Amino acid sequence: MEMLAHLFGSWWPAVQITGWTLIKIVAIVLPLLGAIAYLTLAERKVIGYMQVRIGPNRVGYFGLLQPIADGVKLLFKEIISPTASSKALFFIGPVLAIAPAFAAWAVIPFDGTKVLANIDAGLLYILAMTSVAVYGVIIAGWASNSKYAFLGSLRSAAQIVSYEIAMGFALVGVLMCANSLNLGKIVMGQSGGFWHWYFIPLFPLFIVYFISAVAETNRAPFDVAEGESEIVAGFHVEYSGMAFAIFFLAEYANIWLVCALATTMFLGGWLSPFPFLPDSILWFLAKMCFLVFFFLWFRATFPRYRYDQIMRLGWKVFIPITLVWIIFVGGMMQTSFGYLFH
Amino acid sequence: MVFTDVVFYTLAAILLFAGLRVITTRNPVHAALFLVLAFFTAAGIWLLLEAEFLAIALVLVYVGAVMVLFLFVVMMLDINIDKLREGFWEYLPMAGTIGLLMAVEMVMVLGGKYFGATKAVSKPADYSNTAEIGRVLYTEYLLPFELASVVLLVAIVAAIVLTLRDRKDSKSMNPADQVLVKKQDRIRIVKMGAVVEVDPSADTTIEEKK
Repeated sequence: MEMLAHLFGSWWPAVQITGWTLIKIVAIVLPLLGAIAYLTLAERKVIGYMQVRIGPNRVGYFGLLQPIADGVKLLFKEIISPTASSKALFFIGPVLAIAPAFAAWAVIPFDGTKVLANIDAGLLYILAMTSVAVYGVIIAGWASNSKYAFLGSLRSAAQIVSYEIAMGFALVGVLMCANSLNLGKIVMGQSGGFWHWYFIPLFPLFIVYFISAVAETNRAPFDVAEGESEIVAGFHVEYSGMAFAIFFLAEYANIWLVCALATTMFLGGWLSPFPFLPDSILWFLAKMCFLVFFFLWFRATFPRYRYDQIMRLGWKVFIPITLVWIIFVGGMMQTSFGYLFH
Repeated sequence: MVFTDVVFYTLAAILLFAGLRVITTRNPVHAALFLVLAFFTAAGIWLLLEAEFLAIALVLVYVGAVMVLFLFVVMMLDINIDKLREGFWEYLPMAGTIGLLMAVEMVMVLGGKYFGATKAVSKPADYSNTAEIGRVLYTEYLLPFELASVVLLVAIVAAIVLTLRDRKDSKSMNPADQVLVKKQDRIRIVKMGAVVEVDPSADTTIEEKK
């Protein structure tokens, strides 16, 4: 240590901070990658049982090695890029799809103390990162030089931009209640049992947020960006091998992310539902898994929305609901019932 | 040289490169993407100045919304790039004058003394840039702020009014009507006997025709 400190001289503090941060990033990203891999298995199993099938059960006991087998298979497949594609952008597309999904985890508090970056503008940072995620899809669709991919990316861009507004407004309600943009403080504002969690006073916003989250992650029933019955596989139709796998990883990473956010904003993060039970990171993980299950359930239950209906739902239903509820919450805060909204 | 200086010069170099590529690249989609890169690095520089609200708002508004819609349009346009590049020398004097004016304005605003990258005044750790902007916006600058938002609202409404036309051939449906449809509106159940008696005379007429 002493020698290293001497080697870097005045840069030593900066090097130390960078080193520590890198270690923390790895400590977040590695479990996340595991969670993503096993979410694919969970999805196939859950949907399998819902459709009275068994799902994958060949590789490993209960199919537990299936995600690894899938990963190895995709890793060894050839990556083909279309002749007239924009080569550099074609490979930047998947990277841009997955990077924001990981970057947003920087501000998510797992626990009272376990957070990579405890910044005051945490909520804004999350909104910024999730809004950047759309570039992966747009660039992939355009760079593929294919009509199906292009149509898929246009649909996705319009859909994500529309639902982002409803999502942002839903979070405005949260920050009105919490009086802060810091995610740790938002969670602490919900302390004292599950009846203090924000999903109760902000119930319409919670529902709007969760449905918008499904739309933002391009999951069924809002998966028109892929829409295999209309445009083959949408924006990733030209991708193969690992480049294709990264789009899938990005989709599942985004599911975990939006569920972690919903947990933090509306379900009290790491706080326990009853005051006599201790707060712990386990509550955070349990709530997150509970919400993730809904994503799988939706996919097995609902048929795909028609595109114009998606747009109508976003603009004409969700945005008015959120606007009305924000004004309602703001008004109630001025009355003697204001304590209900804090 | 301090660590932040290295970060600043790296970001500045990327920003300048991206800015240059916006106007030199041949493909409009690439130009738009370089503009995105420029916005992103500019946000990074603002973060260095501890202006986190402005930095994140830049990414959120410009990168996340404006440029997405911009790309959306640029991708769909069928642009003849060679035609766009005609008349470079013709427009040069005009562009040069505007460029010069902008440069003079920037020099006047910034002044000479700021060119040696000065440090931002560091604030205490609990100082929240976002809360401070919010406080100032809703107290001291309330009227201009609300005026600006009304102007924006008028612009939004005007844009919709100017472009919204009811197309005659549009087959849009009213979801309320669709939900309220009863089965009586769509199908008619006809009661029929299981066995239909065949009229022998009708049978013979068909055979005769053959």
